[in-house]
Amino acid sequence: MLVYILKRMGLALAVAVAVSMVSFMLIRMSGDPAIALAGENASSEEIEHIRTQYGFDRPLIIQYLDWGLKAAGGDLGESPYFHLPVKQILGDRIGVTLTLGACALVFALVISIPMGVLAAIRPNTWWDRTALGIAVVGQAMPSFWFGLILIIIFAVHLRILPVSGSDSWRHYVLPTITLGYYATPAFMRLLRSGMMEVLSSDYIRTARAKGLRWPKVLFKHALRNAVIPVVSLAAVQLGFMLGGSIVVESVFALHGIGYLAWESIGRSDLPVVQAIVLLLSMIYVFLTFLSDILNAVLDPRIRMM
Amino acid sequence: MNTIETITNEKASELGIEVVFPTPNQIMLRSMVRHKGFLIGATVLIIVVLMAALAPVLAPHDPYEQSLATRMLPTVWQENGSWEYPLGTDNMGRDYLSRIIYGSRVSLLIGFLVMIIAATIGTTMGLLAGYFGGKVDMVVSFLITVRLALPAVLVAVAVVALMGGSTKVVIFVLGFLIWDRFAVVIRASTQQIRPMEYVAAAKAAGCSTRRILIAEVIPNLMNNLIVVMTLEVARAILLEAALSFLGMGVQPPTPSWGLMISEAKEFMLFEPHLITIPGIALFVLLLGMNLLGDGIRDVTAPEGRS
Repeated sequence: MLVYILKRMGLALAVAVAVSMVSFMLIRMSGDPAIALAGENASSEEIEHIRTQYGFDRPLIIQYLDWGLKAAGGDLGESPYFHLPVKQILGDRIGVTLTLGACALVFALVISIPMGVLAAIRPNTWWDRTALGIAVVGQAMPSFWFGLILIIIFAVHLRILPVSGSDSWRHYVLPTITLGYYATPAFMRLLRSGMMEVLSSDYIRTARAKGLRWPKVLFKHALRNAVIPVVSLAAVQLGFMLGGSIVVESVFALHGIGYLAWESIGRSDLPVVQAIVLLLSMIYVFLTFLSDILNAVLDPRIRMM
Repeated sequence: MNTIETITNEKASELGIEVVFPTPNQIMLRSMVRHKGFLIGATVLIIVVLMAALAPVLAPHDPYEQSLATRMLPTVWQENGSWEYPLGTDNMGRDYLSRIIYGSRVSLLIGFLVMIIAATIGTTMGLLAGYFGGKVDMVVSFLITVRLALPAVLVAVAVVALMGGSTKVVIFVLGFLIWDRFAVVIRASTQQIRPMEYVAAAKAAGCSTRRILIAEVIPNLMNNLIVVMTLEVARAILLEAALSFLGMGVQPPTPSWGLMISEAKEFMLFEPHLITIPGIALFVLLLGMNLLGDGIRDVTAPEGRS
């Protein structure tokens, strides 16, 4: 087990380093950062001044090492727009995004677990088809459009929820549904197929044959095994949802890091953009690592590999 | 007592009946016609392709023509609506139906070109990783993991913003971002094909690796490849719409469905149909592409042929 954890940890670290390199290069090479920071009307002396002040005149590899080593120590630089440390700005905003991600994950699981189980025990019925329909529609619906439709219905017509902002729990309801719905198809499909596989296995037949009641067999024996892959998918999906929060947060003007990233891109606040890309990637790397470990803990067969 | 006999070809000709066994292609065609999702998806795609191809003929107005006199006209089913502008006009007085029709060109063009770039990158990586295994596989798997760790929408938005938003930039950025599913699927299918006897036979016959890959492996990957291609066109269209919605994709005044939703956002309170209409267009196209992809998978899967 320890060897497995160490191996996974090594891989996660290697991925983290590679990701930091890519996110640094992508944003640095897409344009001249000095021009972006100075603004369109800056004179060439001003641009030169910024170039030397921020160290953009050094070789790229040195700049990366400088940035990467500082970032590893928690120093993400300073935002030229806010004149504040990036770390502090992100710290103020990350709570909103994490809350949204967690709520959306819970919402997705609450919807998809019962639907997936029902679809599995009653295959090819009305239930099964409804679940399939929800999954198919969910995959084709652009999240930003779904969010706007929810605003039109619940905030404009029914007036029961606020349009935008992040002041109270009521502001999180619509973004949670928007982001969570996006994750339900994957969970539902996985649970349905997992449940069907487990239900057709020998130990379920044995449990039934020795006279155990159906609900007990279903929840204690079947669901427990079918849920294992869902746990690891949940970690990965949470990572995807946090990455996709830029769209949903912009629709609802929810002041998390996704919205901050969008605003920062608009005002060429590169250190903030870079830090958010890095932060979201690191969260994803951590979550996939966590999911591997959880998998091994829940399913002893994996540990042996 | 009646016994059921298996009708063999000889038996049939004795009885004077000609038995025609369907060819694999005929069987596939038959299951295509029976598969509802496939039919719906194919119909949607054909309609949208026709719409894009015939846009100048179909569109009642110029999608770019602005006019103060025709600003914010209602749709034909609303009060004071007219058939002159069936879907009404936007805040610049442009005919909404014409913009929707021309918008299909943007979506399809970007969707297909992005898919082709992504397919080229992803298939090459998956093929090499699956065929050679070992170190090559380790490197490719590592690259896939790194790519999945990067938040795609955020990276795309940032890079497009820095490089300057244009259709060309959007296509390249998305193409270089979404090759992951191609790599994952093609790697897995190549791993399945590699131990097959016909690969060993080709190797024994002295074929070069290149020839084995092109003549033996790739043809057997085609089914899976086409499925992923279809699904990835949908993903590319969705991402383009999201980028354009965030203002970092296709630039105005180009009629892109995502951009139209973004432009209609300020009028959400009074003119919600300006958001609903392009959204429905987008939804129907994406739904069609997804159904088509799933349908092709079902129809071409060996168990689906029986």
